[in-house]
Amino acid sequence: MKINHTNIDLNFQEIHPGLSQNEALEEANRCLYCYDAPCIKACPTGIDIPSFIKKIASGNLKGSAKTIMTANPMGASCSRVCPTEELCEGACVLNHTAKPIMIGNLQRYATDWAIKNEVDFFEPGTQNGKRVAIVGGGPAGLSAARELARLGYKADIFEAEEKAGGLNTFGIVPFRLPMAISDWEIEQVEKLGVTIHTKTRIGKDLSADELVNSYDAVILAIGMAHVPDLGIEGENLKGVYDAIEFVRDTKTKPLSHQFFGKKAVVIGAGNTAIDAATSSVRLGAGNVKILYRRTSEEMTAYAFEYEFAKQDGVEFRFLTAPSRIIGDEQGRVIGIECIKMELGEPAEDGRRRPVPIQGSEFILEADMVIKANGQARFVGLIEQFNLHHDDGVVKVDSASYQTSNEKVFACGDVIFGKGQGEAMVVSAAQQGKESAHAVHRSLAPFFAETV
Amino acid sequence: MADLRINLAGIKSPNPFWLASAPPTNSGYQVQRAFEAGWGGAVWKTLGDPILNVSSRFAAVSFNGQRVAGFNNIELITDRPLEVNLKEIYETKKRFPDHAIIASLMVEPKQEKWHEIVKRVEDTGVDGLELNFGCPHGMAERGMGSASGQVPELVERQTYWVKEAAKTPVIVKLTPNITDITSTAEAAVKGGADAVSMINTINSLAGVDIDTWNTIPHVGGKGAHGGYCGPAVKPIALHMVGECARNPRIPIPISGIGGISNWQNAVEFMLMGATGVQVCTAAMHHGFRIVEDMIEGLNNYLDDKGISSVMDIVGKSVPKYSDWGNLDLNYNITARINQDVCIECNKCYIACEDTSHQCIDRLVDSNGVSFLKVREEDCVGCNLCSIVCPVDGAIDMVEVPNDLPPMTWNERQAALGLLNGTAEKVVKS
Repeated sequence: MKINHTNIDLNFQEIHPGLSQNEALEEANRCLYCYDAPCIKACPTGIDIPSFIKKIASGNLKGSAKTIMTANPMGASCSRVCPTEELCEGACVLNHTAKPIMIGNLQRYATDWAIKNEVDFFEPGTQNGKRVAIVGGGPAGLSAARELARLGYKADIFEAEEKAGGLNTFGIVPFRLPMAISDWEIEQVEKLGVTIHTKTRIGKDLSADELVNSYDAVILAIGMAHVPDLGIEGENLKGVYDAIEFVRDTKTKPLSHQFFGKKAVVIGAGNTAIDAATSSVRLGAGNVKILYRRTSEEMTAYAFEYEFAKQDGVEFRFLTAPSRIIGDEQGRVIGIECIKMELGEPAEDGRRRPVPIQGSEFILEADMVIKANGQARFVGLIEQFNLHHDDGVVKVDSASYQTSNEKVFACGDVIFGKGQGEAMVVSAAQQGKESAHAVHRSLAPFFAETV
Repeated sequence: MADLRINLAGIKSPNPFWLASAPPTNSGYQVQRAFEAGWGGAVWKTLGDPILNVSSRFAAVSFNGQRVAGFNNIELITDRPLEVNLKEIYETKKRFPDHAIIASLMVEPKQEKWHEIVKRVEDTGVDGLELNFGCPHGMAERGMGSASGQVPELVERQTYWVKEAAKTPVIVKLTPNITDITSTAEAAVKGGADAVSMINTINSLAGVDIDTWNTIPHVGGKGAHGGYCGPAVKPIALHMVGECARNPRIPIPISGIGGISNWQNAVEFMLMGATGVQVCTAAMHHGFRIVEDMIEGLNNYLDDKGISSVMDIVGKSVPKYSDWGNLDLNYNITARINQDVCIECNKCYIACEDTSHQCIDRLVDSNGVSFLKVREEDCVGCNLCSIVCPVDGAIDMVEVPNDLPPMTWNERQAALGLLNGTAEKVVKS
C-alpha cells in the first residue's frame, strides 16, 4: 500500500475498483453452470450462484441481483467481506482444473449495478396484523426484519446506535466495505415498511419486559459488545484504543492526522485486529505490529486478511502476549512489555493453550496500543430478558431459534460461540432469515390467513 | 520438414493456405502483405463490372463471449476499376512469382462478357480463374452470383463459355444455398471445370437489435440478407466438401472453404478431399499473421505422422464417409466416467437426465464421497455427456465388444427383402 500522506482520505477508498463490464462478462462466461453446484451448498445463505452468474452473462443484471438479494439480504456487503475462498470459491469445481470463478467479484458486480440503478426488488407481504420486535439492527436483525416484512409482519427494529447496519456500518473498514453499501441494504429493508428506532437502547430506553409484552414475538439480534479489558497494567493510558471504536472512527469521523509516524501495536489476530492494523497503516503510522499469543495456525483472521495485512507492511509477532502497557509522566503510552509464549495442551475449544515462558519478558516501543482481543457480550441485557445463556452466548433450539423464552428468538453473533456457529456476516444473514421463518411458523397458526 | 506444396488442377502454391476472394484480397497492397506473412496463394476479390457498395457492411455473431463465432457481410464484389485491379495483379505476380494468384470473376451470364473478362485477366499472368457463382446478396438480385450458381444449367453453360476462352485452370466456386451441392458441382464438371471450390457464404441475417428493432447490420434503418461464414459454418462446408469428394461424377480437385481458422481445420478439409483451403474470416478477425501458426502446425502434424507431403493426406477420410444406411447397427459404445478426473460439475448428469437417456447416477460411496457413474446397460452411446463435460479425459466413450457380426440398415433391409421374397415364393408355391 502506497500511503498518501497529504490526503489520507484517498487511503480509505475501496481497495478494489470492482470488475469492468468486460471482465465480468468474461468471468461469467467461464462459469460452467454446474448442476446442483457445490458453491450453492457452500454459501450459508444458499445463493443460486450459477443462476446469478448466468444472468450476468445474458445481460439480465436485474435478475442476477434479485437472485442474490433474495437469498441474502446482505448480498452486497457479503460480496465484499465474505471469506469466499473458504466458502463458494473454495467449493468451485474449477479448483480442480484451472482457477475458481471470482464469485464474490461477480456478486459485487451485480449488486453494484442494482445500487447504481436504484432498483428495488421486494414488496411487503399482505399485513397479517402481527408485530415483531427485533433488538439490534445488524446483519441478522435486518435480514430477519426483511423476511418478516415480506411475510406480512409489522417489524420494528430497535437499534442502540444512530444508524442500523451493525458490523457492516461501523465495524468493517471503509476500504473493504464502504458505508454506502450498508446504507443501501438498510434502505432496502426500510422500504418494506420496517421501522428502525435508532438511538434506542433496550434495557435503558425501553425494558425487555415492555417489548416482550407488547409484541407478538421478539428477535434478539444484539451481536457482541466492546473489546474486553486485557486485565493488565496501563490500559487506561492515553493512546490505548478499543479496536472496534478505532475502526468505527474511520467510518464516522473525519480521518485524523494524529497517527502519522506513530508506532502502533495491535493486540489480537482476528478480523478486527487486521482491520485496526491496516487502518493504522493508512492513517500514516510508521510501524504497525500485531501481537498474538498463539501462532498463525490458530489465529481467527482469514488467510486473505493475513496476506492483505502483510502486503500492507504489518509485522506479526506470534507467541507474544502483552504483560504491561508502559506510560510516561503525562500518562501517554511509550511502550509495551511483552512475554514470549509457547503452546501447551489443547483447551476445551480444541486450540492449544498458550503458556508464558518465564523470564522472557521484553519491551517494544509503542505510541499507541489497539486492543483487538475479542468482544464482550451484552450479558446484562440477556439477563434482563431472563434467557438461558452460557457466558453471554444465548442458548437456542437449533431448529426454531427459540430461546428459553418461547416468545423470544435469537440469531447472529449473540448465539455464536461456545462451539456453535460462525461469526460471519453471511451466517448472521442466514440466521436472520431462518429465525424470521421460525417466528412465522410459531405465529402463523394464530392468524386467519395461514401459510 | 514436410513438403507443404500443393498442386490444385495445375495451380501450384508453396503451401495449401490461400486467402479467399473477399475483403482481405481487395488490393495489391493487401495481397502482397499476405504473401509476405506466408500465405501460399490468394484469390483476388471478385472482378467484374463496377458496382456501388453501401456503408455498414459486416456483422458478427458472438457466442458466450466468443467474438466472431460467425460472420455476415453485405459487401459486393470489387468496387475498384478493373484496370487498377489488373495492374496490381500484374505487379503482385511479378513480385511473388511462386505464389498462386487466382482471379475471381463475376459478369452477367453472357458468353461475350465472359470471353472478354477472361482474356483481359489472363493477360496479367494469373495462375488460374475462380468463377463466383456463389455471392448470395446484391449481385444475385441482378442475376449473377448465387442466382447463377443455383441453376445447374447456368453453371454448366457459363463454365463452358469460360473454358472456351481460358488458358489457365478454371475453378468454379459453388454456393451452399442449394438443396444438393453435388448437382451444381456436377454441372461444373460437365461445363469443363478444372476444379470446384466451396462453400461461398450462406444466406443470413446476423441479428436484430432488440433495443432499436433494426436489423444487424442496418443501412439507415433498413437491412437486407447477407452471406454467413466463419467458424459456425465449418461443419456445413465440410459436409459439402465430403459429398463432392465421394461423388464419382465429380472427379476434379476441390478447394475447401468455410470457417477454416487454424491448421487443424485445414487438415480436416484436406482429409475430407480438399486439395487446399481458402481462409477469410480468421484473417479478418486476427490479421494475416495467423498463417504462421497454420504453416508451422501443419508441418509439425505431418512430421509427427511421418508424412512427407501434404498432398498425401488429401482425401484420406473420404472412404470413411458414407450414408447412414451403411453404418453398422451392431457397433456399440458406452460412456465411462473417470472418477479421478471428474470434477463433479454434474453437467453430464443433468444433460443425460433431462435430454437424453437417463443413465447417469449420482452415487455416494461408503466413505460418503459422491461420484457419478454411468449405467452402461442403459447407455445408448449418444456422446452427449462427453460433449458437455468441461474436462478432457473425464468421460471416455469406449467400445463395447459384442459377438454380433456387423449389420448395416441397408444389409438388414436387403436380408429382410430376401426373406420376404422367399416367404412370398413359399406362399405362391
